[in-house]
Amino acid sequence: MTRYYTEDHEWIEVDGNIATVGITDYAQGQLGDIVFAEVPAVGSTLKKGGDAAVVESVKAASDVYAPVSGVVTEGNDALGDDPALVNSDPEGEGWFFKLTLSEASELDSLMDEAAYKAFVDGL
Amino acid sequence: MRYLPLTQSDRQAMLGVIGAKSIDDLFVDVPAEARLDGPIQGLPNHASEMAVERHFSDLARKNMAASHHPFFLGCGAYKHHVPASVDHLIQRGEFLTAYTPYQPEIAQGTLQMLFEFQTQVARLLGCDVANASMYDGSTACWEAISMAGRITKRKKAVLSSGLHPHYVSVCETMAKFTGDTLDTVQPELSANTDRTRLLAAIDDETSCVVVQYPDILGRIEDLTAIAAKAHEHGALLVAVVTEPVALGAIKAPGEMGADIVVGEGQSIGVGLQFGGPYVGLFACKEKFVRQMPGRLCGETVDAEGKRGFVLTLSTREQHIRREKATSNICTNSGLCALAFSIHMTLLGEKGLRDLAVLNHGLAVQAAERLAQIPGVELVNDSFFNEFTLKLPKEARPVVRALADRKVLGGVSLGRLYPGVSALENGLVVAVTEVVTAEDVETLATALEETLSEGVGA
Amino acid sequence: MSTINQSGWKPEMGDVTDTKPATFTGNRALMLEEALIFEIGTAGTTGVDLAEPPKVASRLGGLERNRAIGLPGLSEPETVRHYTRLSRQNYAIDLGFFPLGSCTMKHNPRLNEKVARMAGFADVHPLQPVETVQGALAAINQLAVWLIELTGMYGVAMTPKAGAHGELCGILCIKAALAARGDPRGFILVPESAHGTNPATAAFAGFSVENIPATPEGRVDLAALKARLGPDVAGVMITNPNTCGLFEKDMKAISDAVHAAGGYVYCDGANFNAIVGRVRPGDLGIDAMHINLHKTFSTPHGGGGPGSGPVVLSEALAPFGPLPFTERHADGRYTLVEEETVGERHPHSFGRMTAFQGQMGMFTRALSYIMSHGADGLRQVAEDAVLNANYILRSLEDVLDAPFAHSGPCMHEALFSDDGMAEGFSTLDIAKGLIDEGYHPMTVYFPLVVHGAMLVEPTETESKAALDQFIGALRSVAERAKAGDPSLKSAPHHAPRRRLDETLAARKPRLVWTEPEQAEAAE
Repeated sequence: MTRYYTEDHEWIEVDGNIATVGITDYAQGQLGDIVFAEVPAVGSTLKKGGDAAVVESVKAASDVYAPVSGVVTEGNDALGDDPALVNSDPEGEGWFFKLTLSEASELDSLMDEAAYKAFVDGL
Repeated sequence: MRYLPLTQSDRQAMLGVIGAKSIDDLFVDVPAEARLDGPIQGLPNHASEMAVERHFSDLARKNMAASHHPFFLGCGAYKHHVPASVDHLIQRGEFLTAYTPYQPEIAQGTLQMLFEFQTQVARLLGCDVANASMYDGSTACWEAISMAGRITKRKKAVLSSGLHPHYVSVCETMAKFTGDTLDTVQPELSANTDRTRLLAAIDDETSCVVVQYPDILGRIEDLTAIAAKAHEHGALLVAVVTEPVALGAIKAPGEMGADIVVGEGQSIGVGLQFGGPYVGLFACKEKFVRQMPGRLCGETVDAEGKRGFVLTLSTREQHIRREKATSNICTNSGLCALAFSIHMTLLGEKGLRDLAVLNHGLAVQAAERLAQIPGVELVNDSFFNEFTLKLPKEARPVVRALADRKVLGGVSLGRLYPGVSALENGLVVAVTEVVTAEDVETLATALEETLSEGVGA
Repeated sequence: MSTINQSGWKPEMGDVTDTKPATFTGNRALMLEEALIFEIGTAGTTGVDLAEPPKVASRLGGLERNRAIGLPGLSEPETVRHYTRLSRQNYAIDLGFFPLGSCTMKHNPRLNEKVARMAGFADVHPLQPVETVQGALAAINQLAVWLIELTGMYGVAMTPKAGAHGELCGILCIKAALAARGDPRGFILVPESAHGTNPATAAFAGFSVENIPATPEGRVDLAALKARLGPDVAGVMITNPNTCGLFEKDMKAISDAVHAAGGYVYCDGANFNAIVGRVRPGDLGIDAMHINLHKTFSTPHGGGGPGSGPVVLSEALAPFGPLPFTERHADGRYTLVEEETVGERHPHSFGRMTAFQGQMGMFTRALSYIMSHGADGLRQVAEDAVLNANYILRSLEDVLDAPFAHSGPCMHEALFSDDGMAEGFSTLDIAKGLIDEGYHPMTVYFPLVVHGAMLVEPTETESKAALDQFIGALRSVAERAKAGDPSLKSAPHHAPRRRLDETLAARKPRLVWTEPEQAEAAE
């Protein structure tokens, strides 16, 4: 399994043809207490860089973009009842959705963990 | 200049602190050609309190006030008695001169009131949740259609012919710019609504059906079947209530399956005021709350664990979501919502039900009396406190002739639907608790005389 | 020896740190807790006496409401006490200085309340025959004429119900004007510092929104704006004076450039109070501008409305304005132009925006205010508002960072940032500290272009003594934030409530009251 990162602070973990997407620990820290998360419907087709999900704190609303193109196979329903999972475990239990990759080569443009860490340190 | 506390010496001292020679130095960023040298032409200079009051008294006397004459107008604005304590309480400076409660620690008065208002409105309309108010019923109606569009991702709304024509106009204005389609027709002067047309028009493209209850002619109909048909096709039922006092007597739209219920709250606590300010009511099922427009107040606790209230779910709103907001609304109708809430608290459930029964009883008596006038027919089978008469001639000149006899006798359908000959003989008469038996007799006599005189023939 | 206490009772100071012993009621003398009406009222209680209803056969169509509604009632004395107690938990302009930037919290004269309540205005139905409402129509018309004079514009739409509704009116005029010339354009340009209503309004009317950057001195970047103009740009929405409290010096050049590119200029008139009587927007090439009557013309804010947002229009846009409007005839009669006569009188109107004639109750108040001040007084209003704001800016720029102080004088409001506070201290702490000092905080975190923005708008109705006291208080709180005083992090200490948990409110929204047993069952 390999984990990639975007400049918009999404992470994507790829396992075969299925990938799991969420927002990074840095992103949740910037947003503060998450009060609401909306995940995409199963079966929706996402385009790399397009709106995929919504995450809200008390005073801010952000879109979560699709790191790669694909079709959604599962949304994390647990976030509906407990959006705080995004704060407590952003890169684990606080995942947003899973999708099947439609263009695996799109992963090539993403950062690996070290590159993302350097990117965040530079902010 | 009684509203300006600075003295000339204050001004000089302050300019000194700022380091400016004159006030003009503070306006240097205004291009010279746009600066005015002296007071604007075309306006008088300042006036004393007495002079202003006299001017307004003179203007006010040129209007026929509802309370000074037998009065029977409705159609979206109603004359009810508002208890004296309502106006006293809303004039307390802490309510009147407060702002939107952005700092909740020092705005619990407004916030708790809004929480109570939201609960009262939700219960009255039969919904799970309500917001902290909209501008008025007509703008709330478009917001409901717009919200139904966001939920269903469809752009066709089917409007009942019984929806207030001004509400229809407001929606048509907006739909023209947003590209929504409105399926709408004019009503018929009949006891029957256009339910059959509505049921037939609902399809898989429909975002919502909009039905006024009671409708513009005062007719009341069960919404259950319309809700069921709408839901079958994945559409929503939007109900519009322009006379909330009716809901003390008849079932709430929410009970009959309405998904969004909007209304004009003016009847309760807010005077006629020639059309505004009024207070829009907006309620819906809980599952749609994140698509709601407007302010919402919610319960929480403070750092010491005490119950308190805050504005919440603000991420729907323009100041955070900007171009992705659910609406552009910012200011609502806070003080009118307060008036509504105080009046509703004074009434309570018992008072509201008694008031509704009284309105209905007086209206039934009046309808029976007026229908005895030769040539006058009662159009409605069902009604609450407002019904439509079919006169033997065009109603609009009759209303003017009645006004000449110092009777404000109702709203002619010719005023609401100009040029529609099938409706021109219609007169909508509202009868609330302020109408006395003598008022009805005065109207009946004046109407009978007017009809026999050949006015408007 | 002087005796301060002549009553004979000798005060014992005790432990001065223990100022808040718990009370049985939870009340603290004049600070009174108040339960919800749902906890103190009952469905059977009523505070009104009604006549016996006549006995009639029901004609409700078989739809009688049978189930309980759940509306508690209170007697009149209980009602008066409930709302009086609630009112005392509110801050208000009647109580003290309320420097909420961009919101213009100025004194609300009570004369305005009195005239608005005259039966001839307050007790008139919107659908009465026009012959019976000549005085009301005359009042609307007089306000309309004066708004045109004050702004130097061509026409005015009176019906919009609030500022944001006025923005919508102006934007719809632009859309209608473009449609009329067969030139549909998709984009509205909005500066980053704009009120959120601007982009929301443009989107509500079906436009796409693009941002225009600001210059380092806090104004619209004219070059960037010009570069973006083109055949797809319907218009711009500019706030002037802007939300940084600065006059847009290039306004005329902006207007000229937009017009040259075939677009229209919308001006957000939220800050018109800074220039009323000294500058006419019509002289700056503006096509449409709403006027918040509650800001410039002092109708009360009412805890969040009602507002009123008449929109003044240029000759190019006036033909597209909404219905209905008043018309004065040569014989002195007034009529309303509605759907009936629109074809003949106003054929290009985009239609109706609200059911009736607009906010009559706000028109009378604003008209009373304008008459009271007159042309001479309104000019003084703008001058004193600007003087007061500059006095605050220059009196505090040594202790608070004022990012645009170098840009010259401010207009009606002074903008500060949270630069220079101790680690972990921010604008919010200063705001909450001011609450303990007895002030409503300034606008915070707006405009977005400044970090931790604090926007202070004193208005013209504050005395020098009131400003000096506020300057002292804000200086003291700012110094505590710079020094990292931990007590500031937990402020307010003396308000009816401590900081409220907004996260809890948003995560588990409780928007209506539920009876305790129901609430438990639901959890």
